[in-house]
Amino acid sequence: MPGTATSAASRTATSAATRTRVPAAPARALGAAAERLEGLDKVTGAARYATELAHTPPDCAYAWPVPATVASGRVTAVDTAAALALPGTLAVLTPDTAPRLGEPDDPNLAVLQHHTVPHRGWYVALAVAETLPDARAAAAAVHVTYAAEPHDVTLTPDHPGAYEPQEANGGHPARRERGDAAAAFAAAPVHVDATYRIPPLHNHPMEPHAAYARWDGDHLTVYDSSQGAGPVHAVLARLFGLRRDQVTVVSQHVGGGFGSKGTPRPHVVLAAMAARHTGRPVKLALPRGHLAAVVGHRAPTLHRVRLGAERDGTLTSVSHEVTTHTSRIREFVEQAAVPARVMYASPHSLTTHRAVPLDVPTPSWMRAPGEAPGMYALESAMDELAGALGLDPVELRVRNDPATDPDSGLPFSSRHLVECLREGARLFGWADRDPRPAVRREGTLLTGTGVAAATYPVLLSPSTATVTALHDGGYAVAVNATDIGTGARTVLAQIAADALGVALDSVRIDIGSTRLPRAPLAGGSSGTASWGWAVHAACTRLTERLARHAGPLPVEGLTASADTTEEAGRTPPFARHAFGAHFAEVQVDTVTGEVRVRRLLGVYAAGRILNPRTARSQFIGGMTMGLGMALTEHSTMDPAFGDFAEHDLASYHVPSHADVPSAPDIDAYWVEEEDPHLNPMGSKGIGEIGIVGTPAAIGNAVHHATGIRFRELPLTPDRVLPALA
Amino acid sequence: MSASHAAPAQAPTRSRVTLQVNGSPRTLTVDHRATLLDVLREDLGLTGAKKGCDHGQCGACTVLVDGRRANSCLLLAVAQDGTEIITVEGLAAGGELHPVQQAFLDRDAYQCGYCTPGQLCSAVGLFAEAAAGHPSYVTDPTRPSGQGPVELTAEEIRERMSGNLCRCGAYPNIVAAVEDVTR
Repeated sequence: MPGTATSAASRTATSAATRTRVPAAPARALGAAAERLEGLDKVTGAARYATELAHTPPDCAYAWPVPATVASGRVTAVDTAAALALPGTLAVLTPDTAPRLGEPDDPNLAVLQHHTVPHRGWYVALAVAETLPDARAAAAAVHVTYAAEPHDVTLTPDHPGAYEPQEANGGHPARRERGDAAAAFAAAPVHVDATYRIPPLHNHPMEPHAAYARWDGDHLTVYDSSQGAGPVHAVLARLFGLRRDQVTVVSQHVGGGFGSKGTPRPHVVLAAMAARHTGRPVKLALPRGHLAAVVGHRAPTLHRVRLGAERDGTLTSVSHEVTTHTSRIREFVEQAAVPARVMYASPHSLTTHRAVPLDVPTPSWMRAPGEAPGMYALESAMDELAGALGLDPVELRVRNDPATDPDSGLPFSSRHLVECLREGARLFGWADRDPRPAVRREGTLLTGTGVAAATYPVLLSPSTATVTALHDGGYAVAVNATDIGTGARTVLAQIAADALGVALDSVRIDIGSTRLPRAPLAGGSSGTASWGWAVHAACTRLTERLARHAGPLPVEGLTASADTTEEAGRTPPFARHAFGAHFAEVQVDTVTGEVRVRRLLGVYAAGRILNPRTARSQFIGGMTMGLGMALTEHSTMDPAFGDFAEHDLASYHVPSHADVPSAPDIDAYWVEEEDPHLNPMGSKGIGEIGIVGTPAAIGNAVHHATGIRFRELPLTPDRVLPALA
Repeated sequence: MSASHAAPAQAPTRSRVTLQVNGSPRTLTVDHRATLLDVLREDLGLTGAKKGCDHGQCGACTVLVDGRRANSCLLLAVAQDGTEIITVEGLAAGGELHPVQQAFLDRDAYQCGYCTPGQLCSAVGLFAEAAAGHPSYVTDPTRPSGQGPVELTAEEIRERMSGNLCRCGAYPNIVAAVEDVTR
């Protein structure tokens, strides 16, 4: 293995646990548990999100969209008379009256450009009014008539519309085959052949998608709640036929995204249209109830996993076949069979994706697309196999750990899954586990423990950045990165301080605007690596320049820039992935069917951890979302109305305080991993891997508690209680 | 067709109210349909109170009304005439952070920060409720209500804070921060 890692996990989060204040200027900024730079703004209410202007202009208008009430068909008429007659209404934009836009790559952004309704909730009009109550009332008064068509929104494994696409999300081939998986499965002495189902899931960041748009002549300025101002900028320029220098996009503080703000969504296009149409600045904040239909969702996935093994647990055949839905207007295929290509050694393997186009909203990214649902299925099947073999589930995974990437044959740049499993087992107290299911009873409760592995690929995009040495001894870093709650500001400042060899408090950092050097979006757990490489390169260059510079700094300071297009584009001959292990302890109430998580542990091998404080928070945050996926989160495509039935946070249950144990019953650890094949910081992405193994670990713990194998999420009482009877 | 849907073009009813916001009287004319949350955010520029759902389901808009925590998205502003409102902007009295604000910084009890103002106001509200002896679902049911303070265990804090959702999953750090203040 090229990486020279130590296997000893260190409890790196002690600062948080013991409430020790972190020194403001550590000897080395990188790797220090630095506090978030914007923390004070966030705890005092001073941090302003997309539509939160300190001084809303007196002529600012408010927009409120009108969703379609049929799942398929055409808009035949939009009657705006009643809406326009209301006091305060400025305009109602319809497919007949809205400004014409350029052709978007994403057909979901062609809002009010045609009369077709591809799914229920598609926007068919936009009310613009003087105040928020006026706008809402105007939208409610718009009357739309439709020529409705029959719709089909129900995903089934044998749907006649199913097809195998060329690629799944992320550019992965839809199908990969190695050897003869079917024959090897048939010949194997021990088998698992199981199907798993995961319902549609919604990102639901706490800040609903929102934008403020203003035109100054031919210049468009937008404040958008987005994971990347850059992509928003490019799309708006194209749609509105503007030069790039005629558009400014700002995403300063963003109230979460989890994939749903990765690319522009309809609200920002509508806000810019409304501002152009009315000649007024416009705020548009989507109502929570609209999000399920218009900002993307995790598509439902149907999995068939077949594992064949020798009696000693050696896998001989791994098959993972996924069926999912996509919309009629844009192909998005959740790449849920992809992690099975990297996880375990097996001479024979088959991984496929099939998609069924339905009259549903277009699915999109939700935290760890592919890995989160795929690893629920694969890691549940591994647990079933361990049971069939009478083998410890940790040991089964260790025995099948591959020496090289099973799919590409490339060596891993670093792979420490076994170390994560071993260290997790030690921390969790796994050695004392009685493997028998359904034997631990505490009154009316059954308890059990489970384990699952996790993986997430190392992704990277080119970025630029600049850094300026200032007269006051400080350094100003500029990069159009986005902090969606990850701590990007802070860790980029740490990278800069480290590369410059200065204290963290002498670095100022400016992010979240297209006025700054071009940079990719916050997604794919790639932000820190992508932006950080450019920041590191610019700071390294500035250090060299300062060393050569004699005399006082010029008036404007001394600046260095970097563009990592070349280095980020090089693909080293390694398979690069982060790995992790999740352990869960649950209690199952035999009277109510309620499952509660008592303990949840994650151990990760994700390169160098650059800020243990914010990293721990992100890992635990991912695990918490995984807990929701396992136990509470569930959306339903209603076949009659063609709509997600769970529209709001009272029906779509994200985990609440009461669902999540306190530290140390929930915690995240990592093994030290040195990997020279990543980026100058040696980091892998950490934003998504926390969710990946959590649902299977919890599901496996429920099996251990009850002896019942549930194969459909979430494990809600209505599903659990009948099975216990 | 259009005539049957036309509503009478009446001007919305408005009233003049005075709210005591973070210690200062604010007199303004409010649309009767406007929520306290929208008036704070759009009319007073106090965007610390967040709009996460507008339905009382997420707690991001939590403020203190006459000392008690409330979802400001569920209160019509016109009905709040004369009340004392404390928002997150008003928690740091005299420029010094409220202990729970400092504890949030110490514990990294936030990520995106959008639920944070509501979590903070909710925590301040629950301190008063527990001090007044108000029971929660997890309080010993045999314990008389209102007689002496309720001890804020982690379980009590989790239960009492459950009206404040955090999608980033900062819950363990939030509970630890609230616990710090009770010690």
